[in-house]
Amino acid sequence: MPTAIVSSPFAGRLNRTDQVMLQVILALIPGTVAMVWYFGWGVLINMALASLFALASESLVMWVRGRPVLPAIGDLSALVTALLFAIAVPPTLPWWMTLIGVVFAIVIVKQLYGGLGYNPFNPAMAGYVFLLVSYPLAMTTWLAPNIPEILDAHHLVTLSFLDSARLILTGALPPNVAWDAMSAATPLDEMFSKLDQNATIPEILASPLWGDYGGRGWEWIGNWFLLGGLYMIWRGVITWRIPVAVLAGLLIPAGMFWLVDPEAFPFPAFHLFAGGTILGAFFIATDPVTACTTPRGQLVYGAAIGLIILAIRHWGGYPDAVAFAVLLMNIAAPTIDYYTQPRVFGHRRGEKT
Amino acid sequence: MDSALHPYRLGAGQRQLWTFPGGLHLPDEKALSNHVPLASAPLPRRLIIPLRQHIGAPAKPVIAVGDRVLKGQLIGEAQGRLSATIHASSSGTVIAIEERPVPHASGMSAPCILIETDGEDAWAELPPPLSTRPDPEVLRERIRWAGIVGLGGAAFPSSVKLTPAPGIRIRTLIINGAECEPYISCDDRLMRDKPERILQGARLLRDLLGVDECLIAVEDNKPEAILALRQSLVTDGDAAGIEIIAIPTLYPSGGEKQLIRILTGQEVPSRGIPAQIGIVCQNIATAAAIADAAFDGKPLISRIVTLTGRGLGQPRNLEVPIGVPIRELIEQAGGLSPGLRRLLIGGPMMGFACDDLDMPVTKAVNCLLALSPDEAPDPGPALACIRCGVCAQACPVSLLPQQLYWHARARDLDKVRDYNLFDCIECGCCAVVCPSHIPLVQYYRFAKNECLARDQEKRQAEHARQRHEAKEARLERLEQERKANLRKKKEGLTDKAATSPPPGAPEVGALAPDAVAEDPKKAAIAAALKRAAEKKAALASQGLAPKNTENLAPAQQRQVEAAEVRRRELQAAEDAARPRE
Repeated sequence: MPTAIVSSPFAGRLNRTDQVMLQVILALIPGTVAMVWYFGWGVLINMALASLFALASESLVMWVRGRPVLPAIGDLSALVTALLFAIAVPPTLPWWMTLIGVVFAIVIVKQLYGGLGYNPFNPAMAGYVFLLVSYPLAMTTWLAPNIPEILDAHHLVTLSFLDSARLILTGALPPNVAWDAMSAATPLDEMFSKLDQNATIPEILASPLWGDYGGRGWEWIGNWFLLGGLYMIWRGVITWRIPVAVLAGLLIPAGMFWLVDPEAFPFPAFHLFAGGTILGAFFIATDPVTACTTPRGQLVYGAAIGLIILAIRHWGGYPDAVAFAVLLMNIAAPTIDYYTQPRVFGHRRGEKT
Repeated sequence: MDSALHPYRLGAGQRQLWTFPGGLHLPDEKALSNHVPLASAPLPRRLIIPLRQHIGAPAKPVIAVGDRVLKGQLIGEAQGRLSATIHASSSGTVIAIEERPVPHASGMSAPCILIETDGEDAWAELPPPLSTRPDPEVLRERIRWAGIVGLGGAAFPSSVKLTPAPGIRIRTLIINGAECEPYISCDDRLMRDKPERILQGARLLRDLLGVDECLIAVEDNKPEAILALRQSLVTDGDAAGIEIIAIPTLYPSGGEKQLIRILTGQEVPSRGIPAQIGIVCQNIATAAAIADAAFDGKPLISRIVTLTGRGLGQPRNLEVPIGVPIRELIEQAGGLSPGLRRLLIGGPMMGFACDDLDMPVTKAVNCLLALSPDEAPDPGPALACIRCGVCAQACPVSLLPQQLYWHARARDLDKVRDYNLFDCIECGCCAVVCPSHIPLVQYYRFAKNECLARDQEKRQAEHARQRHEAKEARLERLEQERKANLRKKKEGLTDKAATSPPPGAPEVGALAPDAVAEDPKKAAIAAALKRAAEKKAALASQGLAPKNTENLAPAQQRQVEAAEVRRRELQAAEDAARPRE
């Protein structure tokens, strides 16, 4: 006869943190496969390295803090951080930069603020930005997508698994291959550097780098991440509000600018499929710990992220802006939450007890 | 699904229904217990009938230990407006009126009447049946007499609920057969087995309140119950204003405010009651009990209890006399299985742990739930909140459970109030969906208690402050009065001293007349000396001397001397006996 009194509810719990995180990891699979397809094995090698560093540094901190290690790494949150970080960085990043970025993300941004649930900033994006401002060149050197026409047009080569591993771990390029022979500007770089040189958009789009909506290869990666994002909405891991608000906040103003001057402002679909827009909208901005939690707050939060992405892309110094936009709004999230509390059942709007 | 059950769908599209925020689709588990028809629980050897089984003041016993009581006899009368009568559930002898553990979340004891049953189950004389359209006051009085309380679990005295405040017109009567809590099937069984009784009660209430419409709401996971009610409504006639509505199954749709929202689209104001918006809700079992009281003259001395869970041998529903110990019911349901994880009173979402099998069934006990480890696995230690907000999505009141949790943890009682803690209905949705397995509702209960304790402390402090201030004011007033009196006295004395100096008394003459005039104290002394001198003179005039050692008779002198000698001797002996240091 059990005697311990614990109050209701006694029903079995329906969710588990590790399973929520696992859903996120599963949702990353299609986009990851697409990235490996277009950018080679470096993506997977980075993921493995980042995961290893993340789990090791999380364990270390928990050990130093005298907390149980297994539940902390068992909740898979460090793994999600590592995977998102690895997806965001270039597939040729030296291993020690990944180490620095991941350790910064896990130890400083997450654990020093109190660990899971207490960090005000998105760890993966903070680690990414930390590296971006410290090593801008390495962080903006991207491989050309593995599409024969692009490779042929620019006489580019792709990297085998061993080449990628050697490059990441030792920094050695394959014999007879220079950086120029593998890398290509990202569509965002291409678009805005050319715009800065007063090229018109029709001129820019004449390059074989461009597909139907954005950069070739890149646009498909966006689609596959979108698939993962829809999966998360379907499974209830995230709600539609933040992704939709991010996309609306980005695309509606972009569309208005484009209508005003289609030669100087790229069409909205370009923004959608360029850079990390979809990854950011569905996987980064929706990080529960650092995002808004009220329904209206999530709309405000997402829309502001979209707007900031657009502003930085057009007028900022960095090629992509998802990480900056998310970090900026992270710190505004508690305030937004405070001012967007839902109307409580049986209360009139705005009524306070 | 059986095609015969289809008619229950007919009405579904006819009436507009609304939704409430949040809510959960939970495994309903009703099939465990709802397939066995109702049966009566056997009479126990001893009944334990708590004096308080309802919201409000406890009933006052009107029998004494040793009295023989009959089934249905009034044994406790309601005290005050918010209270309920209690009746003997069977015939027998009152053997004690004492504190016993009663089913309550606090696990407390309360006064109970213990009846040793005689097995005859002999009825007391019952009041005559009422007509189908009784006078409202007569019916209310009958309901009050019968001790009927809300049988959905809250046990609020029905006669109070059915007496709207003056000036309030009730337009809608809702008969609640939603039974949204998992596992519980007592209402389901009642609707299937006695639909006509429920409808009779519904008609009585409809006419009592003079409502425009009477909505009987049943969650659509109980198609047999809906069908039974609909068929009965057709065959019994008089369906005026009565509608049986299948509502979507979604916990907690059976909550009064949630159900009102579903059926009418209206929200009961926070901290308000449904009557404020012209609505009264009654549980279907309450309606049936009212019909029993009106047409059979039967007080509320039994109720249907669901015995269920995989920790019981034979889950089922039983009609149980009030006061039967839980232990005996469990035997009727095949006993507890050895691996039982938890025995609950009520459902898995809002019930509470039963830690004493000798507790009796009361009017508020709708379910005994024996959960096996598979049904209620240990959620393990709570992990960190990841702020996922699933709790807020599930909350049927649109609260922010996560913010409430942070502030409750920080004991920030002002903040939890700001976040409307007291609108929380403790339905458990947030805690059940929390991926970190944080016992959220427990935090809210704690914060509510802290808030209430602080309020009480504040009230007491305010009370003490007021008393203190009143005392200070009183003392101040007394002091003023004393001073005023003194001043008056002094003025009076000064006048006397000025007008009549003391005539020729030598003692008084020793005091300077000036000083006497200046100082009231000296004046008083002078007056006292004067009185003493006058008394002495009066005594001397009668030949009596004051009692002192002067002018002793020789015999007296000898006695005094002898006493002195004895005292000295005693002193010397004492000195000798004292040890040297």
